[in-house]
Amino acid sequence: MAITPDWAAMAPVLVLAVFALLLFVVDSIDPDSTNNPLLAGIAALGSGTAMIVALVYLLSGVGQTDGAISLYGGQLVVDGMSLLFIVIFTSVATLVHVGSIDYLADLEYQAEYYMLVTLATLGMSLMATAGSLATVFVSLELASLPSYALVAFLKNNRGSVEAGLKYFLIGALASAIFAYGISLVYGVAGALNLEAIATAVAGTELVGILGVGILMITMGFAFKTASVPVHFWAPEAYEGAPAPISAFISSASKAAGFVVLYRVFVVAFPISAVASAIDWVLLFQVLAIVTMTVGNFAAATQENVKRMLAYSSIGQAGYVLIGVAALTGVGDQSLAFGAGMLHMLVYGFMNTGAFLFIAMGEYWGLGRRFEDYNGLAKKAPVACVAMTVFMFSLAGLPIGGGFLSKYFLLLGTVSAGVWWLGAVLAINSALSLFYYSRVVKAMWIEEPNGNLEAIDRRGYPSGLYAAVIVAGVVTVLLLPAIGLFSGTAFDAAAALL
Amino acid sequence: MLIELLLALCLLGAGVVFFLPDRFAPKASLGISLAPLAVSLYMYAVYDGTGNALIDGSGSIAFESMAEWIAVGPYALNWHVGLDGVSMPLVLLSTVLVPLAILASWTPIDDRESQFYGLVLFMEAALIGVFAALDFFVWFVFWEGVLIPMYFLIGVWGGPRRKYAAIKFFVYTNVASLVMFIGFFGLVFGLGDSITTLDMPAIAGALRAGELAALGPIGPELLAVLAFFAMFVGFGVKVPIVPFHTWLPDAHVEAPTPISVLLAGVLLKMGTYALLRFNFTMLPGVAQDYAVVIAAVAVISVIYGAMLALAQQDLKRIVAYSSVSSMGYVILGLVAYTTYGFGGATFQMVAHGLISGLMFACVGVIYNVTHTRMVGDMSGLADRMPITTGAFVAGAFGYAGLPLMAGFAAEFFIFVGAFQSTVIPNDGMAIMTGVAMFGIVIVAGYLLWAMQRTLFGPFSYDGDYEIREAARHDVVPLLTLIVLIVALGTFPNDIFFDMIQDAINPVIDMGGVVLDYGGGA
Repeated sequence: MAITPDWAAMAPVLVLAVFALLLFVVDSIDPDSTNNPLLAGIAALGSGTAMIVALVYLLSGVGQTDGAISLYGGQLVVDGMSLLFIVIFTSVATLVHVGSIDYLADLEYQAEYYMLVTLATLGMSLMATAGSLATVFVSLELASLPSYALVAFLKNNRGSVEAGLKYFLIGALASAIFAYGISLVYGVAGALNLEAIATAVAGTELVGILGVGILMITMGFAFKTASVPVHFWAPEAYEGAPAPISAFISSASKAAGFVVLYRVFVVAFPISAVASAIDWVLLFQVLAIVTMTVGNFAAATQENVKRMLAYSSIGQAGYVLIGVAALTGVGDQSLAFGAGMLHMLVYGFMNTGAFLFIAMGEYWGLGRRFEDYNGLAKKAPVACVAMTVFMFSLAGLPIGGGFLSKYFLLLGTVSAGVWWLGAVLAINSALSLFYYSRVVKAMWIEEPNGNLEAIDRRGYPSGLYAAVIVAGVVTVLLLPAIGLFSGTAFDAAAALL
Repeated sequence: MLIELLLALCLLGAGVVFFLPDRFAPKASLGISLAPLAVSLYMYAVYDGTGNALIDGSGSIAFESMAEWIAVGPYALNWHVGLDGVSMPLVLLSTVLVPLAILASWTPIDDRESQFYGLVLFMEAALIGVFAALDFFVWFVFWEGVLIPMYFLIGVWGGPRRKYAAIKFFVYTNVASLVMFIGFFGLVFGLGDSITTLDMPAIAGALRAGELAALGPIGPELLAVLAFFAMFVGFGVKVPIVPFHTWLPDAHVEAPTPISVLLAGVLLKMGTYALLRFNFTMLPGVAQDYAVVIAAVAVISVIYGAMLALAQQDLKRIVAYSSVSSMGYVILGLVAYTTYGFGGATFQMVAHGLISGLMFACVGVIYNVTHTRMVGDMSGLADRMPITTGAFVAGAFGYAGLPLMAGFAAEFFIFVGAFQSTVIPNDGMAIMTGVAMFGIVIVAGYLLWAMQRTLFGPFSYDGDYEIREAARHDVVPLLTLIVLIVALGTFPNDIFFDMIQDAINPVIDMGGVVLDYGGGA
């Protein structure tokens, strides 16, 4: 358990920890500070530095060329997948920090806000590197607890407080079920390290207990990724939370859920070893189809843009579940698995950008229904171009990286022999164009209905604008440049499987 | 790198124009659009391609470039573009029509101009990309990329029912793309391990070599047929063929007229171009087996489209429905499976692009002056708008196939090719062609009738605007198009037809060889 020089592999996580503490110090020196640009600057610098370090590691092959780096006896593992996801979390966090400068201008407890976001990012980054069920649980809680507080951050707003409470209660229940599942698995395997579990459960006689344990762990992940059947908290929480936090939870937190889900199921419960206890591939196939369909149909019936995005992000979770639902043991499965990771990467930018755009709408006080965005392109054409990119990319049109990652998923399902999953994906994707294009139609095609004067009154929020445009540019660039990450993702997938 | 230069000029130009203040946008976008035109004219001048781009060993592709892009599991997606004798004329058509459409937009477009012209240039890039791409994924990116600017151009700057028309266009063509996509991927997965890229020449080669294997319970023959018809429907919506044509009149009537020029002039050609590339080049056996069905669809499109045009009161609708019937001729030429049929079909794509562009531009000019398009609201405009009237008459004659005009050459090639065709036994093709030729009579009928009621006769006009000749920048596109139409009709061989023949002969040569599938199972 000695600290080896390999600890440097954890540098992105350590950077986040240092900056979270730095915010603590700043807040201690001046507890009532409303020096918002300074606080946001520190937070953004922290997550930005962590992102750059992770990106450099990722592209230089740390943990990939010489195999995964295992720390503290396998409690933490740094490999291609964990670095890729740390890049996702930290870039989402950076965008959220920058976008929050304007959003938080009139609010109290600014230092706490940035600190909580940084701590949650830290927790998520730890989730990406977790190599045992113990670290999975601890890091999951580290990511979740700040999120509960952040959702309820607008403490004078009933919607926000109610959403926070709902999120917290369901989250606590999910954690309890998750912890119980871990204990059952521990009872069977006598180990918490993921690789040790895999060896221990192969050929075990306690298949019933193992099956129940895995099922309970699945529920924990389904909560975190807002997948059916424990998705119902998500629309409430996303709608009630401050919009930058909705962006953060629906993008980063969801990705964190997926990275652990991917690792735990592939490493600890390889389907070949646990098939007698529970056929989780079939389970995830059902979950993926139900999640996609429920999310998309619910999104199609919304009148409120933020709720529409919330339900659509449930639908998107269904697409990513394909990554594990395609692990059928037939054909080339690393394709679907890696495509799931890539989709999370692109999704991190396009979904964060979309929610930050909503944050801009809230900043202007536009309202949240589709018609409240009517004619917005006349007042804010550049931001509307970015939002158009997000919507069409989410729908899978070739204007951003979402097109490619979705079609990689489609290719992946077919090469793994579950083409019918791909068919459901394609149909859902076509359906999603209907509600995504409603936003676009409102912004560009409809005539303004008189509520746009608020924009002149409040001016243009520079931080939010910058964040939205950066997210838009990255989303577009990921169309030609996804090759930078696709190799890593597919290699990481192949290395894990 | 010239194709990349073309794309970059259009895309960068689109970005620049989008951020310009509105008052500079019209002239700036015209200036920018001349750059791709100059490049494509240069490309035409130095064009040295031979053979067909999709058939290996038949010759060399001009301006080809290939770069590794993404490796996705077993499939490599590469940037692969190049031009052969089929795509070169269509790229040229796109770069010629865009500056003319921009010029024609100066009068009618007076709102959010920088966004309008930016989108037009963005669409130009996508159109060029569709014709130049040789990798399926690159091609599909451009193919879908055309929809996005078109959706806005109709939805924002269109007529009273623009929202309905834009959504209808978007949904129709997007669902069609999905159907096509599924069909194409059925083929790719049916080919299994025999291909490792989505390179279109590689896929075409493997398909023509009969390497298609079973996909699950579906045998190779059935798979080929299913994929063929999935793609046929997918592309047919864009063409459009009857019965998938209903989005077209709505989109045309609601779109601003210069956009109708591009819609009829280039967008519809994407469908016929893709049919030629995918259905008729990759699966020649199925195309010949089902020639009766396809020829029947073509003939119905010709006659039914012409009849619908005959029944319209709106000048723009008349021209819009005439596209359905002209595109029917293209399908007829394709299904004939002869040098003249294929060549005529490709030639007709260009010819119809120019002629329908001219007709829409004329309707646009008339509308700019009179603010009405209804046949009953005006008559005897000829005295006061002689140039426009002359252009309209020229366009109508082009449509009706007057010799020495592009439409004549194209339709003549198609009919010769169709009469020579043996794909349907017992002179079936000749009989169908005879029926389709009757379409020309109807075309002449509705165009002459429309002209007689609007342009000639005693002057009368129900409106409050002064009727005078249109502005100079409105007339320039008309005259340019007439010159091009006459040039193309007078020297078809020298301009395009030799080039086209060179590219389609390899398709014909191998057409008779591969009639069945299933060798790879």
